[in-house]
Amino acid sequence: MFALIVRRLALGLITIGLVSVIIFLGVEALPGDACTAVLERDAVGEALEKCRETMGLNTPALTRYGAWIGGALHGDFGLSANGQERISDLVGFRVRNSLLLAAGALSVGIPLALCLGTLAALRRDTWVDILFSTGAILAMTIPEFVAATLLILIFAIWLGWVPAIVLTPADAQPLEFFPEFILAAVVLTMLMVAHIMRMVRSSMIDAMASDYVQMATLKGVPYWRIVFRHALPNALLPAINVIALTVAWLLGGVVVVEVVFNYPGLGRLLVDAISGRDLPVVQAITMIVAATYVGVNLFADILSLALNPRLRSHQMRVR
Amino acid sequence: MSTATLTARVVCILRDMLARPSGAIGLTLVGLHLVIAVTSPWIAPFDYTEMNATMTLSGPSAEHWLGTDHLGRDVFSRMLLGGREALLITGIATPVALLWGGFLGVFLGLRGGWLDEVLMRVVDAFLALPGILPLLVLITVFGSGGEVLMPTLAFFFGIPVIRVARAAAHEVVARDFISAARARGHRPLDIVRRELMPNVTDTLLVEGAMRWSWMLLGFSALSFLGFGVAPPRPDWGLMVSDARVYMSLAPWGVIAPVIALSTLIIGINLTADALAKTLGLDQSRKAVV
Repeated sequence: MFALIVRRLALGLITIGLVSVIIFLGVEALPGDACTAVLERDAVGEALEKCRETMGLNTPALTRYGAWIGGALHGDFGLSANGQERISDLVGFRVRNSLLLAAGALSVGIPLALCLGTLAALRRDTWVDILFSTGAILAMTIPEFVAATLLILIFAIWLGWVPAIVLTPADAQPLEFFPEFILAAVVLTMLMVAHIMRMVRSSMIDAMASDYVQMATLKGVPYWRIVFRHALPNALLPAINVIALTVAWLLGGVVVVEVVFNYPGLGRLLVDAISGRDLPVVQAITMIVAATYVGVNLFADILSLALNPRLRSHQMRVR
Repeated sequence: MSTATLTARVVCILRDMLARPSGAIGLTLVGLHLVIAVTSPWIAPFDYTEMNATMTLSGPSAEHWLGTDHLGRDVFSRMLLGGREALLITGIATPVALLWGGFLGVFLGLRGGWLDEVLMRVVDAFLALPGILPLLVLITVFGSGGEVLMPTLAFFFGIPVIRVARAAAHEVVARDFISAARARGHRPLDIVRRELMPNVTDTLLVEGAMRWSWMLLGFSALSFLGFGVAPPRPDWGLMVSDARVYMSLAPWGVIAPVIALSTLIIGINLTADALAKTLGLDQSRKAVV
């Protein structure tokens, strides 16, 4: 068990290390650097040399990579491309806001997905199941921006129940986002519920068809007790990894949703940075998202290892 | 496989798919979209750049079936033309992604060893960037536009294929005919081409159909964010993003491209579903990466 966790941790660290190399090399491959971006037309001769000197761009790539990654480990990503703002200040509130949105979507989405998935599995092939499953497939196939735009059209413009976009500044108190970020959270919840529900449904169907459930039925255990005590805990194990993937996706993949709703999160900052070709900011955000993604998946893997003894013995045998 | 047997097999699979409701609807939707994409320059009633300053944001009428946008351009014509670029770029990038990812994955599955270990860690690293994030990063590096997007999409959507193909190859590698081929002294690349690839083609086909719909989702999201097709050329993602601002005045400007894009993506998904069922690979669709 311990050896497995250490191995998994090591793999996670290697992955994050490789991501940082890929991101660094990607930016390194660009024609021009931070100095040509800041100075624009003045980027010739002496001025360029002087700027590179002050920003430390004359040193070899390996030294700069070391400095960058060393700073990143302390939460210091250096200055943005215009040399004016500290990236850590820029990113701080955005991370909090993205987390806020994710928390909103998760706190509603996970219980809802578990209920719907279980219900669909228990009422398999009835109209309930068909309705839920079709809804899930629709939610998964329709692009985020389409779903978001349609929701704005219906609930904000035609019905006028909620504001269409978020106007609160990035550094506002969390409660100030409250009425404005509902639609954004709803879009994310929809997508998340669809993914998790499908997983719960299929593993719940497997669990209900298993020998131990049949045994319990034959012993005369009440139906609700079979569902909640025998089948559901086992059906939840495979769902852990899907939930982890969804959480990671919520933190990084919500770019489009944040742009549609003008939500001041990490994703919108990324799009702004890309439009302005602010490479240090892009580097920093990508690194944060990748580290979160690896971290959350690592946590899910360790959690399922801890909860499922079969997984441990199987992996032991493979090694 | 000779050309004749290959054609026979394709016809057989298509007939099987059409017999299923999902396949019939899916293939019809995809076929319809392809026909529109090819013929739209001739059937579209207006030029996509033709502006009419006196008729901006007008509602549906006999002249403009779906009304006009904020520049007075015909929404119906732009909707017909709006899928061309997306279909062309993803239509080329998907097979390329499938080919390079498939070959590399199968090769790694056969070879194993340190190369496999190292390259799979790199694959993990790329997959640690969720959603359209890696595309956005590459676009920052290389800029946007069709000539950049096609190789970018082909590259990124090939990476998860490596994993799928490698897993599929692992199931085949342990079989006797691979050992036999090895014993006969075939080179690894020959084994990949002649023994392994034919056995993973079905998996890759289903994977390819799913990847195609995800690539279209990615492409339209990029267009929506303004990193895809350059205006004034028509594209559904871009149309939604433009018309969004005037949504309360002219909802049809948003609804038309939304319906076009959704029917195409739902069509591809239904087709992929029918293909998986026809080839007997239904379980393999659980993968979330």
